[in-house]
Amino acid sequence: MSAQPFRLASGGLIDRGHQLEFSFDGTSYRGYAGDTLASALLANGVRLVGRSFKYHRPRGILSAGPEEPNALVELRSGARREPNSRATVVELFAGLAASSQNRWPSLAFDLLSLNGLVSPALVAGFYYKTFMWPASFWEKLYEPLIRRAAGLGRAAGAEDPDHYEKAFAFCDVLVIGAGPAGLSAALAAGRSGARVILCDEDFRLGGRLLAERREIGGRPGSEWLAATLAELASLPEVRIMPRTTVFGLYDHGVYGAVERVADHLPEPPAHQPRQRGWRIHARRAILAAGALERPIVFAGNDLPGVMLAGAVRSYVNRHGVLPGRESVLFTAGDDGWRTARDIAAAGGRVAAIVDSRPDDPARKALADKIGARLFAGGAVLRARGGRQLRAVTIRDASGAVTELACDLLAVSNGWNPTLHLTSHQNGKPAWNEELHCFVPAALPAGLAVAGSAAGRFTLAQALEDGARLGREATAEAGLAAKPAEPTLTTDPETNGLSPVWRVSGGKGKAFVDYQNDVTDKDVELAAREGFRPVEHLKRYTTLGMATDQGKTSNLAGLAIMAEQTGRTIPQTGTTTFRPPYTPVAIGALAGHHRGKDFRPVRLAPTHEWSKEQGAVFVEAGPWLRAQYYPKPGETDWLTTVNREVRAVRSSVGLCDVSTLGKIDIQGADAAEFLERVYSNGWKALPVGKARYGLMLREDGFVMDDGTTSRLGEQHFLMTTTTANAGKVMQHLEFCHQVLWPELDLRMVSVSEQWAQAAIAGPKARETLRGVVDPEHDLSDAAFPYLAARAVTVGGGIPARLFRISFSGELAYELAVPADHGDAMMRGLMQAGAAFGITPYGTEALGVLRIEKGHVAGNELNGQTTARDLGLGRMMSSKKDFIGRLMAGRAALLDQDRPALVGFKPAEPGQRLRAGAHFIGIGRSAEMANDEGYMTSVAYSPHLNHWIGLGLIRGGAARIGERVRAYDPVRNGDVVVEICSPVFVDPEGARLHG
Amino acid sequence: MRITCPHCGARDAQEFSYLGAADPKRPDGMAASAAAMAEYVYQRDNPAGRHRELWYHGAGCHAWLVVTRDTRTHAIAAVEVAKARKAGAAAKVGAKA
Repeated sequence: MSAQPFRLASGGLIDRGHQLEFSFDGTSYRGYAGDTLASALLANGVRLVGRSFKYHRPRGILSAGPEEPNALVELRSGARREPNSRATVVELFAGLAASSQNRWPSLAFDLLSLNGLVSPALVAGFYYKTFMWPASFWEKLYEPLIRRAAGLGRAAGAEDPDHYEKAFAFCDVLVIGAGPAGLSAALAAGRSGARVILCDEDFRLGGRLLAERREIGGRPGSEWLAATLAELASLPEVRIMPRTTVFGLYDHGVYGAVERVADHLPEPPAHQPRQRGWRIHARRAILAAGALERPIVFAGNDLPGVMLAGAVRSYVNRHGVLPGRESVLFTAGDDGWRTARDIAAAGGRVAAIVDSRPDDPARKALADKIGARLFAGGAVLRARGGRQLRAVTIRDASGAVTELACDLLAVSNGWNPTLHLTSHQNGKPAWNEELHCFVPAALPAGLAVAGSAAGRFTLAQALEDGARLGREATAEAGLAAKPAEPTLTTDPETNGLSPVWRVSGGKGKAFVDYQNDVTDKDVELAAREGFRPVEHLKRYTTLGMATDQGKTSNLAGLAIMAEQTGRTIPQTGTTTFRPPYTPVAIGALAGHHRGKDFRPVRLAPTHEWSKEQGAVFVEAGPWLRAQYYPKPGETDWLTTVNREVRAVRSSVGLCDVSTLGKIDIQGADAAEFLERVYSNGWKALPVGKARYGLMLREDGFVMDDGTTSRLGEQHFLMTTTTANAGKVMQHLEFCHQVLWPELDLRMVSVSEQWAQAAIAGPKARETLRGVVDPEHDLSDAAFPYLAARAVTVGGGIPARLFRISFSGELAYELAVPADHGDAMMRGLMQAGAAFGITPYGTEALGVLRIEKGHVAGNELNGQTTARDLGLGRMMSSKKDFIGRLMAGRAALLDQDRPALVGFKPAEPGQRLRAGAHFIGIGRSAEMANDEGYMTSVAYSPHLNHWIGLGLIRGGAARIGERVRAYDPVRNGDVVVEICSPVFVDPEGARLHG
Repeated sequence: MRITCPHCGARDAQEFSYLGAADPKRPDGMAASAAAMAEYVYQRDNPAGRHRELWYHGAGCHAWLVVTRDTRTHAIAAVEVAKARKAGAAAKVGAKA
């Protein structure tokens, strides 16, 4: 455990009374509350924090913010291990365990840094050129090799133990960024009573005010900051959200944001998510995201110890860390000088200031005051060192070269406005020649840009923009804005700049994109090889395509390409920024919707009863349905299902069918409406009767089926399949509202209002007799096949009884209001006890319907017509209906289309498999010989062998013929005989009586 | 995206599902030719600009809406309730057939 050798004796926005222990690559260190991982590492003198992507070069900390390309680390361990975390934005906490990435065997001694020696082979496009052939080598040799050598962090490889939330927020004014511009915007809007949301990605609000020594209104900036934050906190309509990155701007004022609720803690507190994904709806928004500083491209510019000047200022002023003992400043403008000044003020040594601009007496005087040697008109040719910076080579205005020992090189080349969000709706930024940067041009509706993000870099401009835009946004959001407050004064500042994109002539690699290891030579190569448009440049060199999306590299890449091709930067182009602004964990986007919680599970009102009966459940659409009800001693599902099927055929069974879609349709034109949406006729259906209906899509294929009952002259109850309930409802509403609004009817889904059970088998009537109130006559004469009427059960409870059958047995469906569903099942069990009533699930239901040749979801698969399914006679020729004309297309009438028939194994003992394809006997198994496929199979306990339904060319005309049922996936190849799809009771005698 | 449902107010686009062009009119299946029906079922314009299209407010009032949207910018110029349209008011495709 060491002291913190690079920590200043005083100053900084850290809590020196609150020490935090943490570790990096297994070594323990100490930092303070208020540190980032980066500032704590720098305080401890840890400068080498990672190895680069391609060449495994030593890398350190470049920045102090979200743009960091180098200092990517893994955080935590086990299932919580999180790769590619930017150390510059990781809030330090006690016990934080971080480790470096992409090094082997260790960070200090990385064997793969030899890649740097063979680097001529690794230039832009090397993947394409080197690993071209033979093709078979790619998967087996090249890709694994490249993946081991190149790469970033490792994913945890285990399920994330934390949970995430999705949340929604609505506001009048969203302010993005809580620096001086954002704070004054939030204040102006908040004082007017607007509902304001103020987001900042940092854990501490203030933006650059935290990193600078500035004055506002004649007092230290920190005093203004404290007063402003206090006032904002007192405004009830202002919501302040630190640790929240607004990462995307979407249509119509919708913003995506991620709140890091517990990233700064070892584990989320109880009942708290790790992160929360926000969708913020804002009437108006103000982007006050500040700016990102730009590095300069020169040899060795990636050595640990080379840092952005603004970042150095941030570490000195905010964290009380001086990142080097002996500093050199390389600047292209006035801003860098503030770093030299602040280093000196903190007691640090500035050995030299290299300013690319010509000599200037004022600057000379300032350099003298700081005690630094001034190289006016000079440049840093090269940074030198092994695993960190040891010296710089400076070329002065005369061309003479000086070598200076130093361990910190602060680089300043102007700032780029953080305008990413203005570009998320395809807005193209415009080049500003005076400011030497891209600035927002056409803005998305509802968004204004304040301060540095708009290229207005001075503190005075930031404060003024914020106040003005805050008021404007309030007014635009429809509220009365308070009158303007007097403009705040600040200490003077100048921002002269003459950018230097690259210094040529130094020995060694000069990096443009640190994270993807793209050098200036790679950009030159792209130019030579014709990859000049910016999008080609990106793809050929991978410039700007790493996780930092080129925040520090895009502009230098453009500038070098411009220089190579004799064009200006705006002629060369800019890349379009897309969401997200910084990486967002998938978990934050998914929220609770993962695994079993991906969507809600719906439970039938009889679920508890089924559970008590020992049901095994299966997902059916959004529902859980009982699949089968194993009894003690039954060890395989088939034994259970066979018992359930036999019970139905021999006595009586009970099955929940509550999950079927139920749509109540009423109105003078209800019957006419059914005429149009079903292929068969409805007008003649008497009150009190049910009918099977077939529904087509407009393209002529079958959509759904079900029974519909006429409960009154103008009142119908439609049932749909479980899976299609929602789809059919939407379709019917389309037909009514869009196609035929003139029809007088109303409809509503009552799927959840009714619990429904099928009672099937020879003893069904006798069972029902025990629950239906005695005044209702259930005799065959009074309640015949397809009768559908209101009854009462259990002494006056309203119910509906339908004599319909999916099993081919004497069968009824009884519906009661959902609250009575559980009681209904128990009542029926009691009433049927004498007959050994047997609960059955979806498996037995399937066997029973396959034995009867009834089609279900496997056959209604969106590719079959009514004719294919043997239901051609259900298409009325006397009326128009959805799908009528298209079903009559020649191709759909082709006699050769596969049509529904039954199948049985030629040898009774053999098992059939759904999905097997039919091939003529003696023909080879290839696509050309494919004649159709098996859609459904079941073991029939009635016939004691497997049976199947399937679609085969020629259909019923081929009954008696034998074909192969070929199933290469499960090594099945069975000879089957084509037969009638009705295996049980073809005359339908069991239905009646 | 946000769609201002005439019944429910401005709602997130996630509550709606999209169908397509609002104006093709379904021909009478007893009178029309198969070609006219095929045109109605399959042929759609794909404009870069204003587009009248159907959206269904499935997670809201279940209304089918005619939304006029610019396909380049997603700017929504108008939202009407489909059922309120006058019969025959939008007969473009039907008329062509």
